[in-house]
Amino acid sequence: MIPGTFDYFRPRSVAEATKFLHKSKNASVLAGGHSLLPMMKLRVAAPSALVDLAGIAALRGIKKVGGNIVIGAMTTQHEVLASALIAKHVPLLHEAAQLIADPQVRYVGTLGGNVANGDPGNDMPAVMMALDATYKITGPTKRRAVKARVFYKGLYETALKSGEIVTAIEIPVPGKHGFAYEKLKRKIGDYATAGAAVVLTMKAGKVSACAIALTNLGATPLLADAAAKALVGQAPDDKAIGAAVAAARAIMDPANDTRGTPEYRKSVGGIYVERAIRCAIAAAAG
Amino acid sequence: MNDMSPNKAEREAKLEGMGCKRKRVEDARFTQGKGNYVDDIKLPGMLFGDFVRSPHAHARIKGINIKKAMKVPGVLAVLTATELKGVNLAWMPTLAGDVQMVLADGKVLFQNQEVAFVVATDRYAAADGVEAVEVDYEALPVLVDPFQAMVKGAPVLREDIKDKTEGAHGKRKHYNHIFEWTVGDKDLTDAAFRKADVTIKELISYHRTHPSPLETCQAVASFDKIKGELTVWGTFQAPHVIRTVASLISTIPEHKIHVISPDVGGGFGNKVGAYPGYICAIVASIVTGKPVKWVEDRIENLTATSFARDYHMTAEIAATKEGKVQGLRVHVLADHGAFDACADPSKWPAGFFNIVTGSYDFPVAHVAVDGVYTNKAPGGVAYRCSFRVTEAAYCIERAMDILAQKLKMDPAELRMKNFIRREQFPYQSALGWEYDSGDYHTAMKQAMEKIDYQRLRAEQKRKQADFKAGKTREIMGIGVSFFTEIVGAGPSRNCDILGIAMFDSCEIRVHPTGSAIARVGTKSTGQGHETTWAQIIATEIGIPSADVMVEEGNTDTAPYGLGTYGSRSTPVAGAAIAMAARKIKAKAQMIAAYMLEVHEDDLQFDIDGFRVKGLPEKFKSMKEIAWAAYHSVPPGMEPGLEAVSYYDPPNMTYPFGAYFCVMDIDVDTGVYKIKRFYALDDCGTRINPMIIEGQVHGGLTEAFAIAMGQEIRYDAGGNVLTGSFMDFFMPTAVETPHWETDHTVTPSPHHPIGAKGVGESPNVGGVPAFSNAVNDAFGFLGSTHIQMPHDYWRNWEAAKSLGLVK
Repeated sequence: MIPGTFDYFRPRSVAEATKFLHKSKNASVLAGGHSLLPMMKLRVAAPSALVDLAGIAALRGIKKVGGNIVIGAMTTQHEVLASALIAKHVPLLHEAAQLIADPQVRYVGTLGGNVANGDPGNDMPAVMMALDATYKITGPTKRRAVKARVFYKGLYETALKSGEIVTAIEIPVPGKHGFAYEKLKRKIGDYATAGAAVVLTMKAGKVSACAIALTNLGATPLLADAAAKALVGQAPDDKAIGAAVAAARAIMDPANDTRGTPEYRKSVGGIYVERAIRCAIAAAAG
Repeated sequence: MNDMSPNKAEREAKLEGMGCKRKRVEDARFTQGKGNYVDDIKLPGMLFGDFVRSPHAHARIKGINIKKAMKVPGVLAVLTATELKGVNLAWMPTLAGDVQMVLADGKVLFQNQEVAFVVATDRYAAADGVEAVEVDYEALPVLVDPFQAMVKGAPVLREDIKDKTEGAHGKRKHYNHIFEWTVGDKDLTDAAFRKADVTIKELISYHRTHPSPLETCQAVASFDKIKGELTVWGTFQAPHVIRTVASLISTIPEHKIHVISPDVGGGFGNKVGAYPGYICAIVASIVTGKPVKWVEDRIENLTATSFARDYHMTAEIAATKEGKVQGLRVHVLADHGAFDACADPSKWPAGFFNIVTGSYDFPVAHVAVDGVYTNKAPGGVAYRCSFRVTEAAYCIERAMDILAQKLKMDPAELRMKNFIRREQFPYQSALGWEYDSGDYHTAMKQAMEKIDYQRLRAEQKRKQADFKAGKTREIMGIGVSFFTEIVGAGPSRNCDILGIAMFDSCEIRVHPTGSAIARVGTKSTGQGHETTWAQIIATEIGIPSADVMVEEGNTDTAPYGLGTYGSRSTPVAGAAIAMAARKIKAKAQMIAAYMLEVHEDDLQFDIDGFRVKGLPEKFKSMKEIAWAAYHSVPPGMEPGLEAVSYYDPPNMTYPFGAYFCVMDIDVDTGVYKIKRFYALDDCGTRINPMIIEGQVHGGLTEAFAIAMGQEIRYDAGGNVLTGSFMDFFMPTAVETPHWETDHTVTPSPHHPIGAKGVGESPNVGGVPAFSNAVNDAFGFLGSTHIQMPHDYWRNWEAAKSLGLVK
């Protein structure tokens, strides 16, 4: 559990950070470090340098800009939990942050690190997919924005290119909606055995809009599009919910690990999707 | 001074003696971060060692190239088996009569086995050096399943002994066989089974797990070439034994070896044996002439130093149709890993597994244990239990439930019917033990009343009906466990470690001003000895426990003892402390008699001094007597007030208890909820009720972890799947259930203060309570036995195999 040698760089601006990242051969961005540092201690990751974003004030903070909530990438999970803006406008995020690890981790772990790492076990990616968030990205030469729903390419593989940093997360404030994040975990601090995020709107007793996303049930976080479609335009009865659950299960491809066999995780994954849907419906109707 | 005030109760309270909920004195430093652990030891010029470990579970080593590693800045030496052979230390003896590679000699036999030891000027350089050592492996077929160990054509694991037909414990049946150990009367037992109305038979496995103390194993070795003296600070539960072993294998005379256990952050059996890290640190210090520190990380601890359990027990009970047990037959397949490094008393290759008749009056029984080698880490330590006692308790408590199910009898009622009765003690068990004392019926009745057992069963009936009617997907289980432990190893007639009898010891010195120091041969790893040992002395000789300093762990100052494990500290050292105190008291009585000018028979001890019978105003306090001991002793008496006692216990002690667990399980997710957990413990005389309660809480938490998910799991290739706390279930306060504790008191008749030991009871009794609750929940749906651990996905698998999952 001792890392190899590496250089440490603490830039004061995003420009400085991307410049360094660009010219360095094998540098890694350091946010909260809860995923990266253990990997380095195991010598699974051996970056030549760490570019610590903690000194860049512009990367912190939560604000409302027009119809969007914008969260700086270095905002900690604790700050998300403590934010009245988040609680008011994106309560799903508040609910999910509570289920991440433990207080000590949440004081240091960041939202940007959680979404940019590409670990299917992280909770925030599915939440961002359900909320249709956009990641603001700065590279050495230009800026761009990528939707969370198309950001995740494979296990630890994302749309981020060499030298790029996720600087902020932009979430369109949903109208009146119901939401839920249901997560099964073995203990405090564990990644999900299965997790499901649901955002939906009800109109005249029918589901008018819906998004469902899944945590740790595949190599990437999964947007369960067909599952959401199975509900939209329907009265949310057992049949419609059953169809949505079946559609969600159909895209699950969880790993076989100590959390259980893929068969178990798909079975329980479906149950957690169902719980999240029912919970969101109740909230939307209420 | 000599008057009657303060009154008796006040004087007694001031002593804070036995029975007092005295606050733990050691916590002042622990809670302020001022403990002194091995990793806190920093010596001038100290070097650091780190291991190259095998990624393979079974492989031949074709070559080790250290050239690149030696070029890493800071790396001073790389030890391999070749270097260790030069000092005859490539292999070391184990406590179980086997030998174990210190560094891989020609092949590796388990994943993460020690291959080379890199010594460097700092911890980082050592790790860089490890990275740079090149090892050429040729993979060999891997043997993981103990049931495949003795089949024809199984891979040959131990080439060093493959042709040896005789092992440390008798005949070997196969090249992967270690020993067969049998006890009991086979013919009579077989006859009981032939005559029985009812029999049950079940393979009950107790999976491999690990003690995982908060502080991992570590050592600092410092060899002084000028004096020829070796000092080793280490996380040792038994420092004197380590000193003797170190002397025997290093040929350094024992008086020139100083072994010191500073504060130890939990042991649970993990720190009894000797590990390659200790040997390598010592050799490296001798080679370099500098102190060398070795500190294990969590992954190394979980994967390489001393697992626990891995017992596969086929249990059979013969009974009458009324439910009276007639015979017990158990065969155990014991997976010992690559080397037999069990930390059992030397003559007991399966520990005290023959306590497996438990709390029940079995007229006959027979046990056979086969130990086998596999490509897994060595160990088999007693994880918070006396040797193999938790395996035995799990086996019998599960088997009794299975019998109750077959007889359609309530499991508590079946136990009541078969308990050894109070008047049968001392009780000779069919497998050779003499149980010292017990009152099982009283304890069980008290426990059943406290939890309102009948009401719980009625609630369960309703829930079962609801489940069958489709009204709920939850099932309810009530786990019953009534365990009898055997602790306090042990009497010299049957217990030794490498030939050293398992006595324990205490030396007390009372100072002129009436305070005292007590040095004891045990070593607290969290049990609170500094608090409780002083309480025994306080009650025995009338010095306030606050005035007694307790010291353990330094082999230069403490009298020789066998250490702390197997709940032996209170049964053995606790007795030695009382006996040493009584020697002090006897001398104090003579001094008091001289001071009061009466015959010593005219005196009686009264809380904190001696009083003349019939003349209550004539009194000398222990404080006054202590001063006199250094000032004006009776003519002809040696001055001073000191005593040493070495205590060889006449028997083991047999703590017992009744535990109940109430649990709900959701069959669709396998998620369980512990609704209640009640633990009644009878550990005889209670020295410090608060510490007992803390011990019970800790042990129950471990039992919860083990039963509900904690395991060392291997894949078919011998890779460890649970090598960190991400996957090795270590519950936090959030997952841990609420514990309800209770007690009865049945003192040990042979122990000077009647105490039996308690630290391990909750682990021993807790595991079957949890497992029986899970099995009880599924029982009405047609299952007889579900293997541990009962984590969510396995509960779901159980539900699925019963056709319950939609």
